[in-house]
Amino acid sequence: MSDAAPVPAAASILEVRGVGKRFGGLVALSEVSFSIREGEIYGLIGPNGAGKTTLFNVLTGIYPKDEGEILFRGNPLRNPSPDRVAALGIARTFQNIRLFANLSAVENVMIGRHVRTRAGVFGAVLRTPATRAEERAIEKRAHELLEYVGIADRGNELAKHLSYGDQRRLEIARALATDPRLLALDEPAAGMNATEKVELRALLDSIRKDGVTLLIIEHDVRLVMGLCDRVLVLDYGRNIAEGVPRAIQKDPRVIEAYLGTGHATPPG
Amino acid sequence: MDLRRHPQARWIGLALVAVALLALPFVLAMAGTAWVRITNLAILFVMLSLGLNIVVGFAGLLDLGYIAFYAVGAYVYALLASPHFNIHWPWWAILPIGAAVACLFGVLLGTPTLKLRGDYLAIVTLGFGEIVRIFLNNLSEPFNLTNGPKGLTTIDSIKFAGLDFANSTRVGDFAVSGTIKYYYFLLAVMVLVIILNLRLQNSRIGRAWEAIREDELAARAMGINTRNMKLLAFAMGASFGGVAGGMFSAIQGFISPESFILTESVMVLAMVVLGGMGNIWGVVLGAVLLSFVPEILRYTVEPVQRMVFGRSIIDPEVIRMLLFGLAMVVMMLFRPAGILPSAVRKRELARPTE
Repeated sequence: MSDAAPVPAAASILEVRGVGKRFGGLVALSEVSFSIREGEIYGLIGPNGAGKTTLFNVLTGIYPKDEGEILFRGNPLRNPSPDRVAALGIARTFQNIRLFANLSAVENVMIGRHVRTRAGVFGAVLRTPATRAEERAIEKRAHELLEYVGIADRGNELAKHLSYGDQRRLEIARALATDPRLLALDEPAAGMNATEKVELRALLDSIRKDGVTLLIIEHDVRLVMGLCDRVLVLDYGRNIAEGVPRAIQKDPRVIEAYLGTGHATPPG
Repeated sequence: MDLRRHPQARWIGLALVAVALLALPFVLAMAGTAWVRITNLAILFVMLSLGLNIVVGFAGLLDLGYIAFYAVGAYVYALLASPHFNIHWPWWAILPIGAAVACLFGVLLGTPTLKLRGDYLAIVTLGFGEIVRIFLNNLSEPFNLTNGPKGLTTIDSIKFAGLDFANSTRVGDFAVSGTIKYYYFLLAVMVLVIILNLRLQNSRIGRAWEAIREDELAARAMGINTRNMKLLAFAMGASFGGVAGGMFSAIQGFISPESFILTESVMVLAMVVLGGMGNIWGVVLGAVLLSFVPEILRYTVEPVQRMVFGRSIIDPEVIRMLLFGLAMVVMMLFRPAGILPSAVRKRELARPTE
C-alpha cells in the first residue's frame, strides 16, 4: 500500500498486519493492515463507529486482539498490558479526556514520568540522595513539558479547572512525559475553536520535529489533510483506503463511506 | 500564619507538641492508669488507621477485613513469645517477622481482588477478615496452633535496655509504671509510622496510588503497573497492621480471636473516613477521637443522667453507641470528606459544578 507515498522510505515504527477484533458477534475490526513510518504523522479517519477507537485500544493494550500481528519497532506485541505498551514507547490520549481531574496539571505530568523513573518503597521511605535527585528531575521535566505544550502558567491549577483546549494539551504533555516513540492521539482537536486548532497543529508539528511519530484520529478533515503525511480510512472495521491526503480525498470508496453512494464531492 | 514562611514557628510548634506528648502519660496517670492504657490503645489504633489509610485513602481500595492483619501480627507475636510452644524470642526479632507475615497475608488478599472494585471488593475483604478470625478460632485441632477461642495467655512483655515493660521501674523517688513505658515505646513507633506514611505519600509510589484512585485505566495507559501498585498498597497497609498487632499482643499479654471481630475492622475504617481519607493528620485525629470519645462517654453518660433525671434511665453502654452513631451520621452529612479532609479527596467528593 505504498503506491502513493511521498515521504522517502523510512523504517516502519509500527506494523499492523491483518488485525481483527470481535465483541461477541460484532466484528469491530477485520483484516486491518497498515504501517507507520518513523517520524511521520499518520492519520486515521472514518465515519462514526468505523472502529478507530477500537483500533487505538487494541494498539495500546486495552483490548487484546483476536487475530493478526502488531510489530512495534520490529518486535511483535503479544497482547501486552497497557502499562507494558507505555513502557515500550507508545503513549496515548483519550477521546473523552481522561486526566487525573482532581490533581494539579503538574502532578498529572509527573505521574506520566512514573514509567521512566525507578524509586521504590525504600527509596521513598529513606529519601536517599538518588531518590531526591530523581524527584527533582521529575518535577523539572514536568514543568518543561507544560511549557512545551504552552500551559506553563497553569501548572498549579487542577486539571478539571482547565479549559477544554488546555485539558487536551495537558493530556498530550502527560503522554509525552512517558518518553514515547509513537504518540497516539484520539481526536485531539475535538471541541477546540479555530485558534486552538491552529495552535494544536503547530504543537503537533513540533512534536514530530522532536522525533516522535504521531498517529492521529481526527474528525476535522481539514486538519487531517493539512497535517498528516498519510491517512488510513476505516469503515465498518476494515481499511478501505490508504495514502496521501490528496489521493484519499478523491478516492471514490472514501467518498462513498462518508457521504453514501451517488455523491461526487469529496469530503472537506 | 503560614508555617512554610516561618520555619522557626514550625519548629517551636513541633517542640511544644513533643513536650506535651512526653508529659501526657504522667498527667493522665493522675486521672487513673486506665487512661494511660486507653491512650496506648488509641496509639495502636492510630497505627492501624494509618495502615488502612494506605489501602483506602491512598490507593482507593475498600478493605473491610483489615483487622485480620492486626490479628496475624498479634498471633505471630504470641506464638513466638509465649509458653504455648515454649518459644521466647525477643520483640525486636518478632515484630519484623509479624510485619512480614502480615505483608504476605496482604498479598494473599490482594491477589484475588485485583480486578474488583467497590461493592465486590468490600464483600471479598469482609469475607477475608472473617476467614482469618474463624481459622484462629478453630486451629486448635488436630494440631493446636492457636489454642482456639481460649486464646493465648502469658505472652512475653517487651524488654528493652534492661527494662521489663511489664513492671514499673523506680527512677529516683518516682515509679514509672509499665503502662507508661509502653506509652513511650508506642509513641516512638507511631512517630516512625507517621514519617513513613508522609514520605510514601509524597513519592513516586504515592503518586502512582493517587493516579490509580483517580482513574485506573488512565493510570495503566501512563505506564503504571496497577497490579503491582495495588499489591504494594495491600502489602504495606498489612505490614503496619502486623506491627500494631504484635505490640498489642505484648501489651495485653493475652489475645483471643474475640479481639479481631468485624466490628473492629469497621471501627478502624470509621476512623479513617471520619478523620479524612488520604490525609495522614486527619486519619491520626480520627483514630484519637474515636478511641477516646466512647471512653469519655462511658465515664460521663451515667453521672450526667443522674444529675439531670436523678436516676439512670438508659444503660450507658446503649446510649454511648447511640451518641456515637449519631455523631458519625452528622459528621458525614456536614463534612463528608472527613474532619481534616485530604485536598484531593475533598475535590473528589464535591458535587461537580459543571
